[in-house]
Amino acid sequence: MRYTQETGEILQKKEIAPGIYDITVNLPKIAKAASVGQFVNIYCGGFTLRRPISLCGFDQKLGTVRLVFEVRGEGTKCLAEYSAGDMLDVVGPLGHGFSMTDSAKKAVIVGGGIGTPPLLPVAEFYRQNAVVITGFRTASAAILQQDFAAAGAKTILCTDDGSAGYHGFTTQAFEEYLNEKGCDIIYTCGPRAMMKGVAKLALERGIDCQVSLEERMGCGVGACMCCVCATKGKKGMQYSRVCLNGPVFSASEVDWDV
Amino acid sequence: MSDMSVTICGVTLKNPVIAASGTFGYGMEYNEFYPISRLGGVSCKGTTLKERLGNPPPRIAETCAGILNSVGLQNPGLDSFISTYLPWLKKQDTAVIANIAGSTVEEYCEIAERLSGTDVDIIELNISCPNVKQGGVSFGTSCESVAKVTSEVKKRSAKPVMVKLTPNVTDIGDIAKAAEDAGADALSLINTITGMRIDIKTRRPVLRNNTGGLSGPAVFPVAVRMVHEVYKRVNIPVVGMGGITKWEDAAEMMIAGASAVQVGTANFRDPFACIRIIEGLERFAASLGLKSIAELTGTVLEW
Ligand SMILES: Cc1cc2nc3c(=O)[nH]c(=O)nc-3n(C[C@H](O)[C@H](O)[C@H](O)COP(=O)(O)OP(=O)(O)OC[C@H]3O[C@@H](n4cnc5c(N)ncnc54)[C@H](O)[C@@H]3O)c2cc1C
Ligand SMILES: Cc1cc2nc3c(=O)[nH]c(=O)nc-3n(C[C@H](O)[C@H](O)[C@H](O)COP(=O)(O)O)c2cc1C
Ligand code: FES
Repeated sequence: MRYTQETGEILQKKEIAPGIYDITVNLPKIAKAASVGQFVNIYCGGFTLRRPISLCGFDQKLGTVRLVFEVRGEGTKCLAEYSAGDMLDVVGPLGHGFSMTDSAKKAVIVGGGIGTPPLLPVAEFYRQNAVVITGFRTASAAILQQDFAAAGAKTILCTDDGSAGYHGFTTQAFEEYLNEKGCDIIYTCGPRAMMKGVAKLALERGIDCQVSLEERMGCGVGACMCCVCATKGKKGMQYSRVCLNGPVFSASEVDWDV
Repeated sequence: MSDMSVTICGVTLKNPVIAASGTFGYGMEYNEFYPISRLGGVSCKGTTLKERLGNPPPRIAETCAGILNSVGLQNPGLDSFISTYLPWLKKQDTAVIANIAGSTVEEYCEIAERLSGTDVDIIELNISCPNVKQGGVSFGTSCESVAKVTSEVKKRSAKPVMVKLTPNVTDIGDIAKAAEDAGADALSLINTITGMRIDIKTRRPVLRNNTGGLSGPAVFPVAVRMVHEVYKRVNIPVVGMGGITKWEDAAEMMIAGASAVQVGTANFRDPFACIRIIEGLERFAASLGLKSIAELTGTVLEW
């Protein structure tokens, strides 16, 4: 049985930026089976569908899972109303995650906004060999900077309005970094336009690049074909399931033009 | 314990709960939650003669007590179904229902003919898919075309044929009767109800296909009414579906006239939905002292 439905207690909850919550949930079975880049599907009262949220971390010894989510609509609003001590119904771990094989490689990690959380365990793998370029609307929306630094990674913070760090998009900061230092491998998660930009630069330079995609989901396990994204198949464009074949894809597999 | 088995068109299911087409793939994924041998049957994803790409995403939108989908029959095609998925599913000890869709009558016939030589237990004729441009629901909305596709497929199929009806019609009873008269061995209903959602900020439909099919608890009362209406009009078994989420819904659907039920959208929220429904029905039947769960079918006491 690859998938588990588990109900666990929320051990900790913090609002780490306005409307962005960081929760730790006791989910030993899911934590045990988890790998970096996978996600879980959370039930929040009264909705027909679960809400997919990436693993920002998991501790197999403690049996806990860390999730960071932003209030976007009705479901995440409901989720934000849960407090420490409440029980959460979670299905997971789901999907195909990041592949990380050699921590001596020089990795560049590019995150945009709420796409940043699943990248934290990637930085924890590469530690001092990771450079983390993350972008947010404004300084107060920036998250996880200390966590990335604590992992030993070098962080480059970008804000759209220049209120902190580099004034501009992550893609610009990323290109400047590549020109100056180069790297062996790239990981990215964030708005599609950002990932498309990152993927383009990576592909032009022949650097291995993994992207974590999002799509609206039904089952979350690969059965319903609702969550597809366009990829390049043997016979041309095809639709792959983000919940099963992804959420992490190789940048070269994705059909960015559709 | 009551006998939970039911027989529809000569095929005995170990219990009346079937996973609904399109929500359950070929059973492989949910078999990672529980052994799907516990199910009465699995209705497979709609299969077409050739592989189908499906519609562009987004393909799903949530709504009050339901969802809209516009998958558009993405499937690997009949050859893959027969060579890859069917052999695996056949080993799982549950009834296999092949849900088929074509864009012409001849395509339906060709698929049915080729499936006749395989191990599928029942062919479910999907003449009710609202998400494809050609074929699909257009076959299911007039008595003449329902009769035509049903009778032609019956001539070429060695397997029992269950015709899946669309609720997007004026008189479901007439359509059901037309299918029965044309030789259908059973009927299943309802497929999804055509709907639409629009993002008020962008003024764009949420679904890339603009419209999609509504399923989930929102459609349940419509489904109960239609199953009951059809049950009264025909003498062949009716398989009821549409919004069944808990065992009470399944019992209600059977009382309305269903010999068996299918459960679709409910699997998304609760991957164990089918199992919980089977267990609930077992307790219910036992508490009523029924010899067989089949005794429930059509027992509504209408005013
Ligand atoms: C693999 C994956 C991992 C994700 N990881 C995170 C994460 O770590 N942190 C985080 O804050 N968010 C994450 N998201 C996005 C998150 O799932 C959506 O923000 C959330 O579903 C919105 O739900 P809602 O009810 O608040 O919004 P509504 O707009 O009310 O939701 C309506 C429907 O659309 C779906 N939906 C809306 N936006 C999205 C979206 N961007 N992606 C997928 N489905 C959507 C909802 O699930 C729901 O079914 C992830 C999405 C995916 C697919
Ligand atoms: C994502 C999705 C895909 C579906 N695909 C098919 C299909 O391929 N063939 C078919 O006959 N019905 C299909 N259906 C309809 C269901 O089998 C069922 O008739 C309908 O959803 C109502 O039941 P429910 O409310 O329990 O889901 C699909 C439904 C959904 C939600
Ligand atoms: S959400 Fe069902 S296949 Fe991905």
